[in-house]
Amino acid sequence: MPKSKSAYSTPTKVSKLETHIIVVWVANEASVLSRVVGLFSGRGYNIESLAVAEVDQKNNLSRITIVTTGTPEVIEQIVLQLKKLVPVHKVGNFKRDDKNVIFKEMALFKVVGNSIKINKALNACKNYNPVILDQTKKSAVIQITALRREIDKMAKNLKSHGLISVSRTGAVAMTRGAEIFN
Amino acid sequence: MPKLYTGAEIVFKCLEEQKVSHIFGYPGGAVLPIYDELKNHTSIKHILVRHEQGAGHAAEGYARSSGKPGVVLVTSGPGATNVVTALTDAYMDSVPLVCISGQVPTHLIGTDAFQECDTTGITRPCTKHNWLVKDIKDLQRVMYEAFEVATTGRPGPVLVDIPKDIQFAKTKYVSLKKEKKIEIKNKNRFNQKDIDQLIELMNKASKPIFYTGGGVINSGPKASELLRELVALTGFPITSTLQGLGSYPGEDNQFLGMLGMHGTFEANNAMHDCDLLINIGARFDDRITGKIDEFSPKSKKVHIDIDPSSINKIIKVDLAIVGDVTDVIKLTTKTLKRKNLNLEKSNKQKISKWWQQIQKWRTKQSLNFINSDKIIKPQHAVQRLYELTKNQDTFITTEVGQHQMWAAQHYKFNKPNRWMTSGGLGTMGYGLPAAIGVQVANPNKLVIDVAGEASILMTMQEISTAIQYNLPIKIFILNNQYMGMVRQWQELLHEKNYSESYSEALPDFVKLAEAYGCVGIRAENPDELDEKIEEMISVDKPVIFDCLVDQAENCFPMIPSGKPHNQMLLGPKDQEENKITGKGKALV
Repeated sequence: MPKSKSAYSTPTKVSKLETHIIVVWVANEASVLSRVVGLFSGRGYNIESLAVAEVDQKNNLSRITIVTTGTPEVIEQIVLQLKKLVPVHKVGNFKRDDKNVIFKEMALFKVVGNSIKINKALNACKNYNPVILDQTKKSAVIQITALRREIDKMAKNLKSHGLISVSRTGAVAMTRGAEIFN
Repeated sequence: MPKLYTGAEIVFKCLEEQKVSHIFGYPGGAVLPIYDELKNHTSIKHILVRHEQGAGHAAEGYARSSGKPGVVLVTSGPGATNVVTALTDAYMDSVPLVCISGQVPTHLIGTDAFQECDTTGITRPCTKHNWLVKDIKDLQRVMYEAFEVATTGRPGPVLVDIPKDIQFAKTKYVSLKKEKKIEIKNKNRFNQKDIDQLIELMNKASKPIFYTGGGVINSGPKASELLRELVALTGFPITSTLQGLGSYPGEDNQFLGMLGMHGTFEANNAMHDCDLLINIGARFDDRITGKIDEFSPKSKKVHIDIDPSSINKIIKVDLAIVGDVTDVIKLTTKTLKRKNLNLEKSNKQKISKWWQQIQKWRTKQSLNFINSDKIIKPQHAVQRLYELTKNQDTFITTEVGQHQMWAAQHYKFNKPNRWMTSGGLGTMGYGLPAAIGVQVANPNKLVIDVAGEASILMTMQEISTAIQYNLPIKIFILNNQYMGMVRQWQELLHEKNYSESYSEALPDFVKLAEAYGCVGIRAENPDELDEKIEEMISVDKPVIFDCLVDQAENCFPMIPSGKPHNQMLLGPKDQEENKITGKGKALV
């Protein structure tokens, strides 16, 4: 083994990566998103998707939903570091395969072609609550809500049905049942 | 109608309410309204630095030696960017700073105006929090929050960016004491059960060790007193990080010296072999742990820290106690006494073998060096400095490099808040401005910056500040004409390719001192060292002391690259076995 020329230790065994959904309730103030995102980039954490909007106008609260991948140690750090930010009120942390949590993403597909093609496209989406938001003689905008991988699959499959443009959101999450996260 | 105050007046009213007595700053276009207001507030003294980085480090020195937050005032653009290094330094070492920066008027923000920069954007990653005040009505609340955030929990720097029009704008001012307190996140999250668990672990341990850090100092002088009581009560050995020095007496027999990369042989081996490691206010920094996989492999680990994110960040621990060190130790001691375990006596037996082992390690005398009567050895210089100053209450700051480690190894601290060094960020140029801040906070005390000739040149201009305010700081330069630590690593790790680590041109420090208007002293050989140091101490003026030391000296002991604690590299005597060739070998 070549002699190390650094006084920093070399990376050691890394535990398995997990995908988590981190939900952050923040004061809706200037630059709060940049604080949260800056924490991720600054510490080398990864963001797979991000969704953010105000959810409580009266209390001036926004809810940020972040999908991230990391070792259990990294995920724990993410949560603890987020809690240290001054505008952060609370932080929720869910595994992506948690059965008690619903995750959804939304996508808009623009399909161009004759009505047969459009109908085929619409039919292909039938499991994902398709809604036609706009339709002309030779085009349609279809909205679906689904899981990330399902949208990935649809975006691929619809190519042959005239798909020319995709726009999609990050995941949003909510627990099942009557309880809310505190 | 209530009286209306300008933004600039509100800034000062808030500073007065926080009992701020000194601010460190540098004026400029975007803070002129605040500077204009300075004359009306005689209880606040402004220290004019020569560069904003100096203001930041001076405020750090002030904060660390006094326990009060340091306040910095700078202008927009370059004023703010110059202070970034100091803010980052304070962030890494948990020093409470409140930095107030001017900003271009709100209507010009985002237009690339003269001396405009995105100050809150730039300082976001290096502050605990920052604010851009866009509405005069927010100013008072923000100022209050700024001090709250900087000083509570794990302390750190904050920045308040105030556009020039906000400094002129007027609003009313209500003393905030009447207002409802702004909610602050609770710091203590431990309970009696955690303490009972800790005591159980202490009871079972046969090879325990305390590993204490800057958190003890940050928790206030009371924490150091309580720590001494706890250590005496348990009879356990104690080691400290670089930042924790002074929280426990350096010359006490239970103290094993500093641990980590340049820590003592006994401290590091004890860390490696212990069966109970109690971390109080330290953060398992990479200069401490060495190779993570082999860090203290046989021990149960307890971590006491005010910052929950420090726990399990690097080292997985068995028991985490989140809380203020003072409160945790207080409850631990109280519980120990109540249970009447008489650890002191019962432990002595149980851990006597452990102490015997430690004594064996101690006989290595890992801080030893081969002294010379021809050339001043840097370690010898620090030892003499200690011997000649230990009878008075002395404050030491340092720059960064070999001299910093030698100071940490050979200068013994008995009180907290006497040792100010840049540990986390490792900022060369920290020590001189920090010494200024320390002297401002401690006017009649001896303040010495143990420096290297390379570091000192990074903030040399601040000697002018020291002269302006009659601050008799002593700059004790261990001059080896090299960036010593860089040279050492190049020797040990890069086949002696001394790439750019030699300063071919250096100023004559004695003449430089005279040019600045202070006193220059040079010591060239060991015979004159004591006499010259005494001369330095007796001068009631700033002194630049140029101590010419051995250029080839390396800082030992050392944990080399990626090695665990029990594989230390000792001094020149030990080097032959480790197949390190070089000048050290010639000395054997």
